Amino acid sequence: MAVQMSMPILIVDDYKTMLRIIRNLLKQLGFENVDDAMDGSAALHKLREKPYDLVISDWNMEPMTGLQLLREVRTDAKLKELPFIMITAESKTENVVAAKQAGVSNYIVKPFNAATLKSKLTTVIGNF
Amino acid sequence: MSTTEPALTDRLDRAREEANRALSRADVADIVAEVINNMNGDLSAMDIQVYQELDSLSKYIQSARSEIAAIRPDKIRDDFIPEATDELDAVIGATEEATSRILDATELIQTAAEALDDPHKSELIDYVTKIFEASNFQDITGQRITRVVKTLQHIETKIGALVGLLGEEVATARQESGEPPAAETAPNEENLLNGPQMESEAISQDEIDKLLASFD
Repeated sequence: MAVQMSMPILIVDDYKTMLRIIRNLLKQLGFENVDDAMDGSAALHKLREKPYDLVISDWNMEPMTGLQLLREVRTDAKLKELPFIMITAESKTENVVAAKQAGVSNYIVKPFNAATLKSKLTTVIGNF
Repeated sequence: MSTTEPALTDRLDRAREEANRALSRADVADIVAEVINNMNGDLSAMDIQVYQELDSLSKYIQSARSEIAAIRPDKIRDDFIPEATDELDAVIGATEEATSRILDATELIQTAAEALDDPHKSELIDYVTKIFEASNFQDITGQRITRVVKTLQHIETKIGALVGLLGEEVATARQESGEPPAAETAPNEENLLNGPQMESEAISQDEIDKLLASFD
């Protein structure tokens, strides 16, 4: 199925500048229908309010981390199939393993570049 | 010893009751001295050795406490660590603000670039992308600094517990340091080296210009 460039995307990070960076890079790739949240619980609230086709989330946030958000999404009957990409500075093997076991769709380590973001998006949602 | 036993027992009982706070140096010394004094005339060679070792141990403990107190853990907890965490928080704030301004300008360049034709458009968008990628740094440095702040706060808590245990010695060390109150410290060249000030304490360029003008 062709990727809809108008697909609604939710980006989650507790640093405002990072939200802007990701939003701008997504815009360059052609994705402009982007919402944001600054922690896992705010993101979960938004996910339950309206439909999204992709979540891109940081890990290290309070009060709900990105990993906790991922687990909530994967155990929610309506959200469990939602593509979920983790973008995080957490770069140990055990982090990636934990995220994979929790059901992450892909994992990008910070600092990242636009090419990596495009590559992982393509892997998760298809060519665009 | 039997005639003095109740008095000694009372002292020890009182000491046990006060076990929630550390015994003062005077209490420890008094108890050890009383144990030794009450053994006069009943001492075996073994007793003498034990009491000497107790006395030595008491002096060692007191010496260690005094040395630790001389490091001024109260100053570390109340001045140095809060100052360090304030400075680190200021770094996070300053880098976030600067990055935000960089992104403001970059977004304007991106908008302007989209109105151009190729090849200039692609070239400019490429540079804009590099700026966005480089701006990742603020997130990483912010996280690293936050970890350092948390570590310092943990150390501050532990030092606070130490200050609680060393109450009397710390008070003595504070008195013996003879530090004059801050207001009485005469400005010298070394005192003028303070680095960037917190926003609430720094004077603005306008205020500096007015101050300089006041000398004319």
